[in-house]
Amino acid sequence: MIFSGDINAASLARDGRREFYGMAALCLPSFILVFILLILPIGWLFWMSLFNADGAFSAENYVRLFDSTYTSTLVTTFQVGFLVTVISVVLGYPLAYMLSQLPPRLAGLCTIFVVLPFWTSTLVRTYAWMLLLQRKGIINSALISLGLIADPIRMVNNMTGTVIGMVHIMLPFLVLPLYGVMKSISPDYVRAAANLGAGPTRAFWTIFLPQSLPGLTAGMLLVFVLCLGFYVTPALLGGGRVIMWSMMIDSSIRLYANWGAASALGVALLVMTFCVLWLVNRLFGLKRLYGESR
Amino acid sequence: MISGKRHGQLVSLLALGLVTGFASTAAMAEDSITVTSYGGTYQEAESKAMFQPAAKELGITIKEDNLADGLPDVRLQVQGHAVKWDVVELSAEECVRGTQEGLFEKLDYSVIDPSGIDKKLVADNWIGVTFYAVVLAYNKSGKLGENGPKTWADFWDVTKFPGARTLGNYATESLTLAAMADGTPPDKVYPIDLDKAFKKLEEIKPHVTSWWSSGGQVMNLLKDDEVDMGSIWNGRANTLVKSGAPISYTVSGGVLNADCLVIPKGAKNVTLAQKAIAKFISPELQANLPKYSANGPANLKAFDTGKLTAEEAADVISSPQNIKKQVILDFNWWAPLLPDVQKRWQAFLQE
Repeated sequence: MIFSGDINAASLARDGRREFYGMAALCLPSFILVFILLILPIGWLFWMSLFNADGAFSAENYVRLFDSTYTSTLVTTFQVGFLVTVISVVLGYPLAYMLSQLPPRLAGLCTIFVVLPFWTSTLVRTYAWMLLLQRKGIINSALISLGLIADPIRMVNNMTGTVIGMVHIMLPFLVLPLYGVMKSISPDYVRAAANLGAGPTRAFWTIFLPQSLPGLTAGMLLVFVLCLGFYVTPALLGGGRVIMWSMMIDSSIRLYANWGAASALGVALLVMTFCVLWLVNRLFGLKRLYGESR
Repeated sequence: MISGKRHGQLVSLLALGLVTGFASTAAMAEDSITVTSYGGTYQEAESKAMFQPAAKELGITIKEDNLADGLPDVRLQVQGHAVKWDVVELSAEECVRGTQEGLFEKLDYSVIDPSGIDKKLVADNWIGVTFYAVVLAYNKSGKLGENGPKTWADFWDVTKFPGARTLGNYATESLTLAAMADGTPPDKVYPIDLDKAFKKLEEIKPHVTSWWSSGGQVMNLLKDDEVDMGSIWNGRANTLVKSGAPISYTVSGGVLNADCLVIPKGAKNVTLAQKAIAKFISPELQANLPKYSANGPANLKAFDTGKLTAEEAADVISSPQNIKKQVILDFNWWAPLLPDVQKRWQAFLQE
């Protein structure tokens, strides 16, 4: 009797081990891929950032980042990221809310419109904005012919144009995760709130909004982090006056062939991105974002 | 015996085949070089004017390739020890930077005759091949009509010539034209007082609504009336005028910039590349260029070949009468200053 129990336990353990190794073997290719494509290059990037242009080991590349040329682009980068995120939330939250409340068929159709920009190249969309926003562009011409303004408004080749163009590109990144979370909020909660005497506004603020927060945080995080590394749109719509961190990386390599300096910029950007993630984790808890909530 | 003899014949035949085979591949490698330029209609023009005629004269094959990015392409090949190109055309500024990085072979001036090319465009590792210029253009459909700015002093006069402006996001070109903002004549521009030039740019900055970084971009800015006036490359301005856009430009006060030729370090056919460069910059072939391109010959002796009539020469950006009205960017002067100037330029744009 005692024997058979032991045998049972042993075979169970064996099966467990076999399953573990099987799973590990299945995961191995992706581990190797992540290692080769992500860990190794980042390690190499970090290694290169420790050498100056003459190939000597030094902290020069990091000291340089405190130069005003670099700090001011850093400020611009965060400014753009912050503005784009805030505007995306203001525009995206109501949109996602509407999508989640529509009947499924109509919601599906509307989601296509949200995703549509994904299928057009960033470059094409950026040039389209240029045509819309410029001095003699459609928007200014319309406003002037309606008599609303006398002189054209400057909407492109500056921060305004950059932010408008980037919000357009980033909106789906906010709306989609938000929509997913909102869809999973049972309407029963809001109904229960109404049943208990809460008006629509109160029910929204106290019941719906808190439950949608994980989606909102996930979307905001995605938008903000993507903004930090943006290149094409600010380069074209900024008119050479909005200089982002990514452009400094580009000029370090293209103009000066200084891989060390460029690597340091890349490492700094990575570290800052991790800082943002850490902060969000402290404030909201990243685990909640990935569905372990409620 | 017979079979033995046959066998011997076969062997020698094979050997002969091998030898001649080797010889012919060796000859092929030597008689063919790869020349790389900017591609598009510009390289087509160069190909017709210089590359293919040179190939014919030298009795070799010239294969052509296109730059993807400019100097970084060359850097990648040289540093990766996989040099595919024998002659590469780059902008003069890239030639200076590439020289500082040690990316090019020395040019052999016992093969290449640099007389006829301005000294500012002759260096140990590179030589000028075509001229283009940054010129002043304005949109005639604005308030000013036909009476737009004609000089850089006009461009800086915002009361007499109000309107939005654009300048190139290219430090050397824009600083050189800023040195003419107070009416300094082209021949007195160098050496540039950089502090003064930056101050002049600072002055005009509030009116510069965009800093262009590509030829297509500045064409759109002017054509779509996003700006009233600006600096633009002469070839682009020429294309705009030809397309019927209400643009007027003046060559006077232009800043002449050049493209140059280099041999990447480790190129497979250096000797032949030297000979090819000598042909490309020869007055005879340089004189063909204006027929196909808005860029002008770098070798000014091209205008003495009789291939260009006086009327034709008047339209060429580097003809004797036009070159007098312009200033040649002096890259030998800029070379040691470039790193600092670039840094200062970036800071200036961000302020």
